[in-house]
Amino acid sequence: MSVPDGWLAYGDEQQERVGFFTDTSVCIGCKACEVACKEWNLVPEDGLVFTGESYDNTSTLGANSWRHVAFIEQEKPLRLDDEDGEPLRWLMSSDVCKHCTHAACLDVCPTGSLFRTEFGTVVVQEDICNGCGYCVPACPFGVLDKRHIPSLPATTTRVSGSEPQASERPDGRVWKCTLCYDRLKGGHEPACAKACPTDSIQFGPLDELRARADARLEKLQQENWNGVQLYGRDPDDGVGGFGAFFLLLDEPEVYGLPPDPVVTTRDLPGLWAQTALAAGAVVLGVVASFLGGRR
Amino acid sequence: MSDSYYGRPVIKEPTWTWEIPIYLFTGGLGGGSAVLSAAARLAGNERLAKTSLYLGAAGDVVSAPLLIADLGRPERFLNMLRVFKVTSPMSVGSWVLFVSGGASSTAAVLETLDRLRPVKYLAELVSALFGGPLATYTGALLANTSVPVWHEGRHELPWLFGASGTATAGAAAALLLPPEEAGPARRLAIGCAAAELAAMEVMQHRVGRLLAEPYRKGLSGQLTRASKLCVAAGAGLLAWKGRQSRSAAVGGSTLVLAGEMLLRWGVFKAGFASAREPKYTVLPQRQRRDSNR
Repeated sequence: MSVPDGWLAYGDEQQERVGFFTDTSVCIGCKACEVACKEWNLVPEDGLVFTGESYDNTSTLGANSWRHVAFIEQEKPLRLDDEDGEPLRWLMSSDVCKHCTHAACLDVCPTGSLFRTEFGTVVVQEDICNGCGYCVPACPFGVLDKRHIPSLPATTTRVSGSEPQASERPDGRVWKCTLCYDRLKGGHEPACAKACPTDSIQFGPLDELRARADARLEKLQQENWNGVQLYGRDPDDGVGGFGAFFLLLDEPEVYGLPPDPVVTTRDLPGLWAQTALAAGAVVLGVVASFLGGRR
Repeated sequence: MSDSYYGRPVIKEPTWTWEIPIYLFTGGLGGGSAVLSAAARLAGNERLAKTSLYLGAAGDVVSAPLLIADLGRPERFLNMLRVFKVTSPMSVGSWVLFVSGGASSTAAVLETLDRLRPVKYLAELVSALFGGPLATYTGALLANTSVPVWHEGRHELPWLFGASGTATAGAAAALLLPPEEAGPARRLAIGCAAAELAAMEVMQHRVGRLLAEPYRKGLSGQLTRASKLCVAAGAGLLAWKGRQSRSAAVGGSTLVLAGEMLLRWGVFKAGFASAREPKYTVLPQRQRRDSNR
């Protein structure tokens, strides 16, 4: 269950599977990951809005936000043995594409634009993507989205001589985190992990990260941290384990994550069977309609 | 509040726009008509065969530009035929539409020119073979996503869309032909309209009370109710007077066609509504997780 589809096909070129372990217990909500990601990957601006939702004005992952730091203010104790004062804690978590072992986006892509890299990660080839958008509702995490062609108001003034922003050029394709494929090729860690000042975002071989996460979970459990759990670490879950998994301090849904994600194509064999049977029934129905004569 | 993150959706709504529900209708018309036309040809009902051949080709020919127009990069539509992936109903469907539409439009052109009859028959056969899959794969297309009402409706959607497409094909032919030539088409419209209504009931029942909500509430609920009304009234009228009266046949067929178009819009919009509200994603998954713990 836990080997990414397509990864083994690389043969000699296959590399160790890498990913992220995001330990949210040490996240300080600085958003350096969001900034570093935008800078390195030239991801366009995603609207300058003030949501009033704690310190989060990014709101969600999307075509123009490949890291998203969630902020949750809770009247709950940080540790279960905390007894003094009124309980209050502030949860922060940097969300990212999960680079699933069994990736729905990759399965459903009709052009072959989405592919499995030699590192076991999932990347969109932007020169192939035709913006059909099938991967967008296929992803159980709502990671991918179409980058729309922004309509530039006629009154917009641009600093003379400056390059047009990426967001001002026509698009219509789907974009998401590449786990910095270009940096991996050069032997570097992804920009977000490099920029993270607390090592909340840890990059490395997935096996190593899993072992590290297990140790961290055990430690925090011993210290009575409230709600501590690993999310996406299990290779037997509905997507075969995440390539980018998390240590959370509450249920996943509190962070806007699905509690039990399943790759939609797991149910596809049965779905094709129903489709074939129904197609047969169409023919039978038509044939039956000729039983009663011409009038 | 602990059920979601500031009430924000967990999954993304599809990016598909108005072209897609209309395509679901025209593709169903194309697929159903291809099968109906071939059956009529074999039964010796040449007028019905010809009418359905043209209707099917028209459905297929309209479908392609609709799908291309919905792409973010329409000029790259040929990338759809770059690969064939059985894990992607969109890939399979692109090939099915390509083959079926190519065959049906070839047959329609040859019918008009009255030339190369063996080639026309071969094209009709190919188009008919791919017609059933063309009418039903769109159910798999929607169900093979993380959209809760679509994915959980996966046992019924291919049947629902197959019945709807076939009812569409029957009603369209019964609309254009005098009653004395339209018997099979009319019976097909009535039977498949009933099958479609039944499939919808089964689906709404089986997905459970929570996930049936988008089919009852809001815009998608209104569309679904309007669809049921039109389909039931149209099929009823066809069954009652469609055999005797041309105007009843025209009225009944028009109602069935309108109802099947509304059905596609209802299912389409219900998917969006269920993707937008986090509870439709979170609650069933939480139940599943907690029962496994």
